[in-house]
Amino acid sequence: MSSSSSSTLPAAAAPASSSVMTVLGILAVAVLLVAPFGVYPVFLMKVMCFALFACAFNLMLGYTGLLSFGHAMFFGGSAYICAHTVKVLGFTPELGILSGVLFAAVLGFVTGLLAIRRQGIYFAMVTLALAQMFFFFCLQAPFTGGEDGLQSVPRRPLFGFIDISQDIHLYYMVLAIFLFGFLVIYRTIHSPFGQVLKAIRENEPRAISLGYRANQYKLLAFVLSAALAGLAGSTKVMVFQLASLTDVAWQMSGEVVLMTLVGGMGTILGPVVGAAVIVTMQNYLAGLGEWVLVIQGVIFVAAVSLFRRGIVGEIIAIVKYYGTKKAG
Amino acid sequence: MFELLGIPPQALFGQLLLGLINGAFYAMLSLGLAVIFGLLNVINFAHGAQYMMGAFGAWMLLNYLGIPFWGALVLSPIIVAIIGMVIERVLLRRLYSLDHLYGLLLTFGLALIIEGLFRRQYGSSGLPYNNPLPGGTNLGFMFLPNYRAFVVVASLVVCLVTWFVIERTKLGSYLRAATERPDLVQAFGIDVPRMITLTYGFGVGLAALAGVLAAPAYQVSPTMGSNLIIVVFAVVVIGGMGSIMGAIVTGFGLGVVEGLTKVFYPEASSTVIFVIMAIVLMVKPAGLFGTAK
Repeated sequence: MSSSSSSTLPAAAAPASSSVMTVLGILAVAVLLVAPFGVYPVFLMKVMCFALFACAFNLMLGYTGLLSFGHAMFFGGSAYICAHTVKVLGFTPELGILSGVLFAAVLGFVTGLLAIRRQGIYFAMVTLALAQMFFFFCLQAPFTGGEDGLQSVPRRPLFGFIDISQDIHLYYMVLAIFLFGFLVIYRTIHSPFGQVLKAIRENEPRAISLGYRANQYKLLAFVLSAALAGLAGSTKVMVFQLASLTDVAWQMSGEVVLMTLVGGMGTILGPVVGAAVIVTMQNYLAGLGEWVLVIQGVIFVAAVSLFRRGIVGEIIAIVKYYGTKKAG
Repeated sequence: MFELLGIPPQALFGQLLLGLINGAFYAMLSLGLAVIFGLLNVINFAHGAQYMMGAFGAWMLLNYLGIPFWGALVLSPIIVAIIGMVIERVLLRRLYSLDHLYGLLLTFGLALIIEGLFRRQYGSSGLPYNNPLPGGTNLGFMFLPNYRAFVVVASLVVCLVTWFVIERTKLGSYLRAATERPDLVQAFGIDVPRMITLTYGFGVGLAALAGVLAAPAYQVSPTMGSNLIIVVFAVVVIGGMGSIMGAIVTGFGLGVVEGLTKVFYPEASSTVIFVIMAIVLMVKPAGLFGTAK
């Protein structure tokens, strides 16, 4: 993005030729299918949960141009509902996840109604404040277990007959959920609905003048994004068997912003790459305690100052640059 | 003694005073945010961290250099403001032409760095800071601790002086003009980039001053800023950032409301400001003192 007068977020790069993308997609899925035999499955599952979370977040920031600083409330709220229904009410995992997603969608609808009344910087502050309100609610509500959270959520058989108590079995469930969520986002972005969202991002008054009800589009995008963030949160509960205050705290909202920023906002794969980078980093730096916060801050500053397009965004820009050079 | 609605007056007025003190911090912080946003178009997420730096500055000046509270009240904000101005020159300046969101993200990163460094050095639990004005006055219906009275009066004075400077002096008129049309003001021969740096320094200094005032009232802790700044954001959404007096009135008012909630319905005291924000968004989306854009 040039530093001149442009004031929009980096535009989504045009998709490469679709056949190449299909081949790459199939390759990626194949790698993911065999990956748990080479890499620790829990780590991969964590990456996929956060990748889905970041993709859902990117639907708002990258494609609708609205920075939500409160996505932790959908991620963590859904986690609490899923953990509660499975642990206390005895739901099967798929029903627990479904309840979590439904809750996140309803929460997204309510908060979205409030938040879309303001734009730009205010939108970020409103979502952050609402998420903080939800955090205090979770801190005080009796069913969340306060500071302890909900621990040792059982991994009951999926649909009543598929055993997911083994990590390797659970891995394929998480993979299926991740691919489902990713495809939903992919389809959304490439649908007429997604095109309208991009139009609103680029020039809201013009989109309105063309007859689109911008607020309804934004609200629907927000609900979709919240529901998918909830899907990620509920799935995370199945992986770690834990829902806690960490999931709803503002730091979690900050982390998902960081993942999306590092990977490349407004790109489809950016949040996935960003999530992988940040989760890997957290894994290796876990022993460093408070330094993790400092390092995350430094990455934020570096990303904003030096590579605003993110890892994937920069790669796309380089490929495009050489592409046009060859063509010219 | 008389009682109001079953609440002993000492508790009522005590919480009211605490609410006023909180309100004073809300007012000073939202004032700084509004002034910075007006000229820089940046929402300073590091504002909470800078407030915390002000408090730690006072603590360090006392424990490492032996400078008492009254010295720190002047020195600490100046030091933090200088650090802020360096940050503005080196990092923030490059983002003015971009979307506002980048400024928010950059200052969020700065907040993480600052908080992380202090947590690493001093741990997450608070450090005590001695009350420079011990004792108090018995007003009959309540006991008024001297220091708390001082905080309310001092912050009120600071807020009103700021309002006066911005709304009633020549310097303030330059500032307001530059907020509207920086290019035209520049054309009249005023060094706008330097004004931007100084304005950021002023806003940051105001946050640090609030931090110094907070040090004896609360504990000095690395997390004191991030907890506060989110509430201040809600205050800013409620008040709108268009008006200086609006920021002051909203800040003090919400502090009092929060204090009263602590008396009558303590469970809701941590969320009441957010609830008010939600109601204001429904009724008057631009904020109480804001103008629709």
